[in-house]
Amino acid sequence: MDETSFERQSGQQDYVLRTIEERGVRLVRLWFTDVLGRHKSVAISPAELSTVFEEGLQFDGSAIDGFSRVQESDVLARPDASTFELLPWASPDEPSGTVFCDITNLDGSPFEGDPRQVLRRNLESAHAAGFEMFCAPEIEFFYLAQNTGEPVLLDQASYFDLTTTDVSSDLRKRTLHMLEALSIPVEYSFHEDAPSQHEIDLQYTDALTMADSVMTLRLAVKKIAMEGGVYATFMPKPVNGIQGSGMHTHLSLFRDGTNAFYDGDDEHGLSATARSFIAGLLHHSREMTAVTNQLVNSYKRINEGYEAPRYVSWARNNRSALVRVPVTKPGKPDSTRVEYRALDPACNPYLAFSVLLAAGLRGVEEGYDLPKEAAVSLDELSRSEQRDLGVAGLPTNLAEALDEMEESKLVRNALGDHIFEWFLRNKRAEWSDYERQVTPFELEHYLPNW
Amino acid sequence: MNPLLVFPDPPPPELTQCLDLGGWAWKAIDDPERAVSDEPDEGWAGAIVSADTDPDGAMGMCRRLRSGEMPLEPLLLLLGGAQLADLDSRYDLFDDFCLMPVRPAELEARLQHLFWRSGRGTRPELVEYGPLALNLETYQAVVDGQPLDLTYMEYELLKFLASSPGKVFTRETLLSRVWGYDYYGGARTVDVHVRRLRAKLGEKHAGLIHTVRSVGYRFGQSRWGI
Repeated sequence: MDETSFERQSGQQDYVLRTIEERGVRLVRLWFTDVLGRHKSVAISPAELSTVFEEGLQFDGSAIDGFSRVQESDVLARPDASTFELLPWASPDEPSGTVFCDITNLDGSPFEGDPRQVLRRNLESAHAAGFEMFCAPEIEFFYLAQNTGEPVLLDQASYFDLTTTDVSSDLRKRTLHMLEALSIPVEYSFHEDAPSQHEIDLQYTDALTMADSVMTLRLAVKKIAMEGGVYATFMPKPVNGIQGSGMHTHLSLFRDGTNAFYDGDDEHGLSATARSFIAGLLHHSREMTAVTNQLVNSYKRINEGYEAPRYVSWARNNRSALVRVPVTKPGKPDSTRVEYRALDPACNPYLAFSVLLAAGLRGVEEGYDLPKEAAVSLDELSRSEQRDLGVAGLPTNLAEALDEMEESKLVRNALGDHIFEWFLRNKRAEWSDYERQVTPFELEHYLPNW
Repeated sequence: MNPLLVFPDPPPPELTQCLDLGGWAWKAIDDPERAVSDEPDEGWAGAIVSADTDPDGAMGMCRRLRSGEMPLEPLLLLLGGAQLADLDSRYDLFDDFCLMPVRPAELEARLQHLFWRSGRGTRPELVEYGPLALNLETYQAVVDGQPLDLTYMEYELLKFLASSPGKVFTRETLLSRVWGYDYYGGARTVDVHVRRLRAKLGEKHAGLIHTVRSVGYRFGQSRWGI
């Protein structure tokens, strides 16, 4: 660590320690994320924090999904002081703080099983090439009456409906206040298409902060729903017959403070960098789908269509496309961006942003050519018409997605060997469990007839 | 500490001697326009205007420094005994005055007193502006007496902006002065943090941070009325 970054870090740590003292913080939660994207937390007393800043908190990683190794199971959680926040939902008598951690090996090197370190590594490669990536996800979720059994929806409202009486608009409003208090600015929030479905769009920020924000948001949404006596779910497709929940994510690259996707001389305002970045996303989309859509259930959303993309295509104004390029408002070149629409909100945001960045950058490095825009809705074409256009489909189930991933050097490189191999093993096992299940569909259709 | 603006250029030698003895940073400025263009990033700490050689020029400088919505203070005026009558009905142009020839101990005491009154110098750990107060020792920020929950970078940005109210900073300046290193976000990061800070200041006080179109940001009222 060089001298200035050391000074900066000790300034941040000092800030956190003084804040804890001044505000009477009673508990500090150290947050990190397992390989599957689940939020993990260890609480320590404030008195221990200064030691933890210096030495890290040692723990046995073998019980954490994706952390286990053959030789050595102990790892260190090192709090990233710049992420320290006072928890807005803690009781005023017992203020508590949270801080995201990076996980390292005992010798201080980044732990290869830590998704946050994986994203850091990918952002550093982009940085070395002169690029910074910004993300702005649109996160959809459902409010349900309870978390077991047949899902019970809270309302029958639809897109943009103003539901003055319903519980959920109050829950959403309280969630927004919490998010703002947690330094997560919300751009829009509204009732989505489906009954009881909601969407929160976050204001763009750098990819690492955004991945942290997605973790915090999922927790905040669930926490506030629970306080209101309902259950919030980010499961990609919880209800038959209505659309699932996606996490369309807007991406942009900046170089020297200006938007690298914008070119004023281009008819559509798109730079060569933007074109090959999109080409990279498309070219590598099938092999990274297991990461952006990691559950058996994820593919039920994709196969249902609606706002979920089924085909590898791009377009400006066609919402069935995998990559959409929103029209840039005149005079706002910095808002030039591309929207990747496959992601769902059950992904691990650190890993998903890592593979998206790696795929896009590969396109830029190799100067990939952008295929023709898909002007029509691909759903309306026959399979042979699609073939004539050279349109591939996204994987239609997890097993297919894993087959694609297994062959991918790009995804292996982006995730690192440890996570790549563990993820494949874990997900193959999930698919194998699923394959042997007798589903309600089968009982309903086959039992009476055979 | 930021430099004091001293008029004229060159200043009377006995004045510079006193300032150097007292350890004050200063910069001599002759032209009122240069008071604006040569202003350091953190702003002037205050001004000492000597009226003995060029009384009209001195009053012109005072008027320029005190114009706009954020007049520069503290401003100490030095003048000869025969010039006292000229002060009549110009009391808004200075915060205190001192007769020439200056006695080093008196000048030092008057400067200390002025800085104490304007909340700087003897209480350097506090930055205050309207409803906002930052305690630089405990890192705590309050608005309307209510503590603000800020991340470290939000706090650092607010501290930097509030320490120079009225001054416009570009994104690049803010990034290099507040972040001071290669941050993942680059200059766009500044916008993101300003957005977050405004949200935490709340609707009522979000306007403390102004967006200056195609330049950057300014905290509080413009000092020069632009």
